This record gives sequence, structure tokens and C-alpha cells, in this order.
Amino acid sequence: MLRYVLRRLAWSIPTLLIVTFLVYLALRIGTDPVASYKRVNPRATRAKVAEYIDVNGLDPNFVQGYFKWLRNFITGEWPRSIKGRREVWPALKDAMANTLRLGTAATVVGIFFGLIAGVFAALRPGGKRDVFINTSAFVGISVPPFISAIMFQLLFAVYWQKWFGESLFPTSGVYPAGHTGFDLFLMLKFMVLPTLVVAIQIIATYSRYMRSSLLDVLNSDYMRTARSKGISERRVLVKHGMRNALIPVVTIAALDVGSIVGGLIITENIFSYPGMGLYFLKSFGEGDFPLLMPWMVVIVASVLFFNLIADISYAWLDPRIRLE
Amino acid sequence: MAFRRFVSHRAAVISCAIIALLTIFVILAPLTARYGVNDSVQGPPNSFLNPRSNAWLGTDDIGRDLYSRLIYGVRVSLLIGLASAVISVTLGALVGAVAGFRGGKFDDIMMRVTDLFLAFPFLVTLLVVRNVLGALPWLRPITGDMSSVRFIIVLFGLFGWMGVARIVRGQVLSLKEREFVEAARAVGASRRYIIARHLLPNSVGPIMVALTFSVVGAIIGESTLAFFGYGPQAGDGATSLGILVGAAKGAVQTGYWWLAVFPCLMLIVIALSINFIGDALRDATDPRLDRGV
Repeated sequence: MLRYVLRRLAWSIPTLLIVTFLVYLALRIGTDPVASYKRVNPRATRAKVAEYIDVNGLDPNFVQGYFKWLRNFITGEWPRSIKGRREVWPALKDAMANTLRLGTAATVVGIFFGLIAGVFAALRPGGKRDVFINTSAFVGISVPPFISAIMFQLLFAVYWQKWFGESLFPTSGVYPAGHTGFDLFLMLKFMVLPTLVVAIQIIATYSRYMRSSLLDVLNSDYMRTARSKGISERRVLVKHGMRNALIPVVTIAALDVGSIVGGLIITENIFSYPGMGLYFLKSFGEGDFPLLMPWMVVIVASVLFFNLIADISYAWLDPRIRLE
Repeated sequence: MAFRRFVSHRAAVISCAIIALLTIFVILAPLTARYGVNDSVQGPPNSFLNPRSNAWLGTDDIGRDLYSRLIYGVRVSLLIGLASAVISVTLGALVGAVAGFRGGKFDDIMMRVTDLFLAFPFLVTLLVVRNVLGALPWLRPITGDMSSVRFIIVLFGLFGWMGVARIVRGQVLSLKEREFVEAARAVGASRRYIIARHLLPNSVGPIMVALTFSVVGAIIGESTLAFFGYGPQAGDGATSLGILVGAAKGAVQTGYWWLAVFPCLMLIVIALSINFIGDALRDATDPRLDRGV
């Protein structure tokens, strides 16, 4: 097991390098960092521009430039943002913390209810409950997050205010304007709608995964064997059914992080929630290379990390893989 | 057999009717729309009128009829969906078939690349690829201007093939071990012949399913791009579903509910209908179900 983990870990480093190089290439071609620097700072002297090119590794030679950027990145000499020369790390750190909070809340809520719905649907396939859960999940998958976000805002904020005098949930930010300090209740209230938008997608996806996975397991021979041994139905379901049904679901969960982050980006933008998504869309719109590259590294690293988790959890849950 | 199974899927049949009706509506746009795409409903004041008899679904900020604009918008969006799906399915089916049939290094690399692409947040990849496509001058004759509808079609055509390639590859991998392929190989059929005459025709089911999902993907993708201000800027007031949905963002806080509700509902109806059709197609063409019937 340890050797398996180490081998996978060793592979992820070259992958990280290759992918960040591709991202570096794409951003250099797609956003033209030097031109955007000149656009944002029209009065920058020639020396300033040369310094910008140097610290960001924007040499004409892409490979050389990438390694220069990589060296600066690893040694912690991160260039400052092109607009207002802000430090990148504090902004990135705050965005990560905010997104982690929203993402964790949505994932926990989403997977919890998704799995429960899936199990309920699979217990009586074809029944009323199954049809209801399945159809709702289908609708949930078909509705893109920005549509549900708009609808929630319209219903719970704008029209709630019109009908009842006060909006039920706020629609933007983490705290009301001018608020300072930490207030858990207020923060949760601001998180309800964005969490709901992301969680709906997760619930819809996982109830379907869980349903089909559990159905496969329930029809298998070892379930019949377990039942024939005279174990209670509940124990059969929990000990034999759930555990085996969760194997594919866990793997998909870890591989699915990209799409959850995708939903977060869209949701954050609509609710003006200051996380990774808002950070990305802002800096991408301005072509802010110094802000974008570290963001990309974080995203690439987390996608690879969760891929790794998927493989390891798969090997851990299913002993057959470990033996190979 | 497959057809009967498709027809027994009630939601899919209703969805087919809805999509057919919509298609007729948008093809006959000059007749079914009550106003031109750029015409105001009445003289000023005409902006933000709520739904009424001379504007069934209300008007937008400069007094244009939302109902008529929805028809013109859906026309452009369906075109984007269909055209890019055809490109991506053709590309994906070819790549998937070749990768699945030949195996080896080509297969490894292809699948690594698609895995990587599919693992990333959709919007990020889309925006970055969009900018890269727009920045390459030698692609200009194919893609056209970055804000054109053609650019969006090419973008989603190039973007959507990976999912299709994966599906077709899986199908080909299982097909190539079957007896009829072996028989074809035994009588000396060339690789190209086997792929074109045996593998691809036998993958029509999954390919059709992939096609429906690509259409939805492109329509939702266009709306997402437009929502964040990176969509097509159709000239002369021409519109797309994405542009209309994008306008909903500004209408929410001010309480012009019709500008948000109707385009969003239309998008949901289209996405749901095509998804239902795809789902029923998948069930109908699944060979595993054939034996039972």
C-alpha cells in the first residue's frame, strides 16, 4: 500500500510541472501579459516594463521564461499584481479560505443528502419514491447553476422583500457592507443561498451515482449469500451493501472536484462572494498574469491531489487493486 | 426494438414534441415573432413594460418585445448547439475510434489529455482556450472574430470532442474483440475499412447519445459565456439565448422579473428536453437491454 502511494506521489510532480507549463503557455498566448501590463499602466517607463518581464519570466523564449517563472515562484519571490502593485499571496490566501468554506459546506450538505436520496431511490427501484428522486435529480443536473442562482435571488431576496418587507437571505458578499469582526450567524446567513446553489448540483449528481451503484450491489451474488446466512436486512444493507456501493462513488467524488470548483466559480460571481472564482474572473478580465499564475497552480495542484486521493481510496476500499 | 423502447419513454416523447415545436417556431421566426428583433413595441415610454397585450412577455431596457427576441435568440442558440455538436461529435468519434482500435501510445496520450481537460473546472478551461483560439492569427479565417457566433461554434466544436471520444473509445474497445470484427480481419480487411464499416456503424447508439448531450453542452456553454460577458456579441441587436439570460443578471435586483424568468425558463425547458431525449436514446440503444426484450 505504501509503495503504491509513493509511486503515485512521485508521478504527480512531473505531471504538475507539465500542466503548469501548458497553463503558462496558454496564458501567455491567450492574455498577452505584457500588453495588459502596458494597458493598465500606460505611463510605465521602459525600465519598469523590462522589470515586469524579468520578474514574471515573460522572455520571448517560452521554455526559458517558464523556468525563470518557476524559480521565482518556488523561491517565493512572487511578482506583484499589475493593478495597484498588490501582494498576491494575501489576496490568494483570503480567496482560498472563503472558497474552502463555501465548498466544504456545499460538498458536505450535497453528498450527505445526495447519498441518502440515492439509497432511498435504490431500495425500491421503480417505485413512486424512486421516480420522484430520479426525476428531480435529472432536473437538478439539467439546470445550470447560474440559472438557479438567479431564481433564488429573485425569490428569496427581491420578491421576499416585496411581499414580506424583508429579504429572507442576503444575496451578495460575506458580511453586510461596513461590518467588521467575526459573526458566525451572520456569515452563515450570507452563505445559505450560494451553498444551496452548489449543493443542488452535488445532490443531483450523487443521488444518481449512489442509486445505480447500490442497485448493482444489491443484485449481486454476495448479497444473496449474506441474506441467506440469516443476517438482518439492515445489517446486510449497511455492512455489505453500502460499503461496496460506496467504492465507485468515492472515486467519482474525488475525480469530480473540478466540476464542483467550476460550479463554485459561477456561483461566487453571482453572489459577489470573495472567493477563488471572483478572484479568477477579475484577474482574467484584466489579464493580470502575476495574479493568475499562482491561482492556476493552486487549482492544478488540487485537481491532481484529489485524483491521487481517488486512486488511493480506491485501492484502500477495494483490496483487489492493492494486491496487483 | 430500439424505436419501441424509445417511444415507451413518455418524458422523451413529450420532449421530442417540445423540441419539434420550438424548431418550427424558430424556423418560421419572421411569422411567429410579433416584432422584428430590434423593433420597439410602441413609442416611448416603452422600456421595462411588464407583460401585457402588446408585449406578451414584457419589454427590455430599450422597449423591445421579449417574446420576439426569445424566438430569435433560441434560433441562434439552437444553431450554435447543433453546429458545434456536429463538429465535436465528428472529431470525437474519429479520435475515439482510432484510439480505441489502435491502442498503444496514441491511445494512452489521447486519454491522458482528455482526462486532464475534463478534470478541470469547465469555465476556466473554456475561457483560457477561448482566448488562445482568439489570439492565434492563422486561425482567424476559420474562427472569424472573437465575438462572432462562428467563433463560439468553432470553440465548442473543438471543446466538446473529448467527452465523445471517450464514449466512442469505450464502445470500440468492446466491439473490436467481437467475432464479426475478427472475421473481417481474417479475410484481410484493412484497418480503415474495419473502423468505417464495422466499428463506427455499430457505435451509432452511443454516438447519437453523445450528440444530444453535446447540443445541450454547447447551448448551456454559450449561455454561461454570455452570462459572464464573454459570449457572442451578435451585431445589430441580434440576440441569443445567452445574451438574453445574461441580461437577466441586471434585471434581478431591480425586480423586472420577466426579463429573468422567461429566458431562464426557456433555457431550462430546452436543456431538460434534450437531456430527456438523450437519456431515452441511451436506454433504447443499449444492447444489454436487447436480450431481455
